[in-house]
Amino acid sequence: MLLRWRKTVNYIMLGLTGVCTVLAVSALFVILAYLLYFGGKSLDWNFFTKLPAPPGESGGGMANAIVGSLEILGLAGLIGIPVGFLAGVYLSEFEDKAFAALVRYTADLLNGVPSIIVGILAWALVVVPMKTFSALAGAIALSVMLIPIVTRQTEQFLREVPMALREGALALGANKWKMIATVVVPAGSKGVLTGMILGMARIAGEAAPLLFTALNNQFWARGLRQPTATLPYMIFYKAGAPYEDWHREAWAAGLVLITMVLVANILARMVLARGISVPRG
Amino acid sequence: MATQTAVLERTAVRKTAQTGDTVARLVALTFASVVLLIVAVLVFELWVGSAAARHKLGWSFLFSSDWDPVTEKFGAAPFMYGTVVTSVLALLISVPLGVGAAVFLSELAPASISNALTFLIELLAAIPSVIYGMLALFTLVPLMRNYGEPFLKKSFGFLPLFRGPAFGVGFLTAGMILAVMSFPFIISVSREALLAVPRDQREASLALGATRWETTSQVVVPYARLGILGSIFLGLARALGETMAVTMVIGNDPSIHASLFAPGYTIAAVIANEFTEATGSVYPAALVELGLVLFCITIVINALARILILATTSKGSKRP
Repeated sequence: MLLRWRKTVNYIMLGLTGVCTVLAVSALFVILAYLLYFGGKSLDWNFFTKLPAPPGESGGGMANAIVGSLEILGLAGLIGIPVGFLAGVYLSEFEDKAFAALVRYTADLLNGVPSIIVGILAWALVVVPMKTFSALAGAIALSVMLIPIVTRQTEQFLREVPMALREGALALGANKWKMIATVVVPAGSKGVLTGMILGMARIAGEAAPLLFTALNNQFWARGLRQPTATLPYMIFYKAGAPYEDWHREAWAAGLVLITMVLVANILARMVLARGISVPRG
Repeated sequence: MATQTAVLERTAVRKTAQTGDTVARLVALTFASVVLLIVAVLVFELWVGSAAARHKLGWSFLFSSDWDPVTEKFGAAPFMYGTVVTSVLALLISVPLGVGAAVFLSELAPASISNALTFLIELLAAIPSVIYGMLALFTLVPLMRNYGEPFLKKSFGFLPLFRGPAFGVGFLTAGMILAVMSFPFIISVSREALLAVPRDQREASLALGATRWETTSQVVVPYARLGILGSIFLGLARALGETMAVTMVIGNDPSIHASLFAPGYTIAAVIANEFTEATGSVYPAALVELGLVLFCITIVINALARILILATTSKGSKRP
């Protein structure tokens, strides 16, 4: 009797864990279904070619926000990827125990800093001296978020390169920097590239650091020293307004943004990093 | 003579090689120091930027619940309250769900299915927070206003937590969306901690006649408890600092309400909403000081999470 009771408890509790898993995974599908349905309904060619329309007028697009997002992301990548990559190489290859541990720990802390606070940093460093919101400030905010991600991922993937490869290069007479440049980095390149793509995908969706750095713009930004529209900011701005047309545009922007982010994630994790376990940032 | 030149050449080669190594090391070291520099500058800017508010308001800033930019009265209490309430609500939902799913993925599901499902759950963590916010605003808010909150009021209305008008926006909705945003972290880190539990622990328990569930709940989960706790702290840190999704559904009301249906405010949300329009010297400084408070809270929570996760994963790998 007791055994039967224990077995019943066993099945019920294990069944409940299965229910938890189904609930968790179904959240993804519910989100994707909503975005595909409402976003797909509102997405048209105007979205990619026209400027935002004032409330009450339909047929507006987000051409400037798409270009602005790409511009800021590109600039953030140009700053963040080299810094993060070389810092990661340092952590994996030139380990001075104490200093490396300090850098590693600090990178993890920086990774956990709320994105809105990174926005305050870029505001104080760039917006205040330049006296204007700008694409440059937005890019610097995003690069600050990108650096710790790329650092830690580069380090972890370079560490997975077998010691024997390093020893082989050294035994053939290569000195250390040559060993790193011609053996270690190429051997770990797939993983390192995965880390960079995941980092870019992560900052692509960030709106909070852009709120008071890049701000927004209803028109084309002329140059990097002007307020610039981005997709995440546009979603926040349009979804919060009380106009039906704007809500449709927000859905469309959401669909475009999530497609970019998920495609980058799936490509990086499944195609590029097949068989490598991806550490979480 | 010939050998002497050869030796000289060789030392020359070795010397350039050594300089090459030194240069490479210095370059890498410089870029690694950038990480330290960023955090140092961040702390410096938060400290200097909040100076005006710290001098004018002192410690009372942390405990006052006034928030009136016109008369320059600022207090952090309503925002701290909102941040804590929404995060705790999020954990109440996401911890049982997340740990339950992690148990299923590590103990029951075959490896291939477990990996595929974990992949999907990690995609959930990649979705931008502004998209969570938009979805919550357009779908969850009306659902909560028309069905969820009236139902809770009818069933549990005797508790002060579930009283008052149903707005749809407020603590409860913000907590629910934070739960969805934090459980991917809890699931994937807890799953790894559970997978690090040695196989013989399970076998020993099963051999003693325990059922699968008894083994899991009394042997495996306690063994991995530090890692699971670490994953919870990681989810908590994410919930505390989350900005966009919360800003869109919290209702933006800087006051303290007992009811979970009431609109509130969080630290991150008030910075997001008011920073660009803050004028004068004290108002922006007060917002930066709120940022400093949030920074300190998340640093402590994150540090705890890292230590706990490190403690379990290294323990698991050391004992065969």
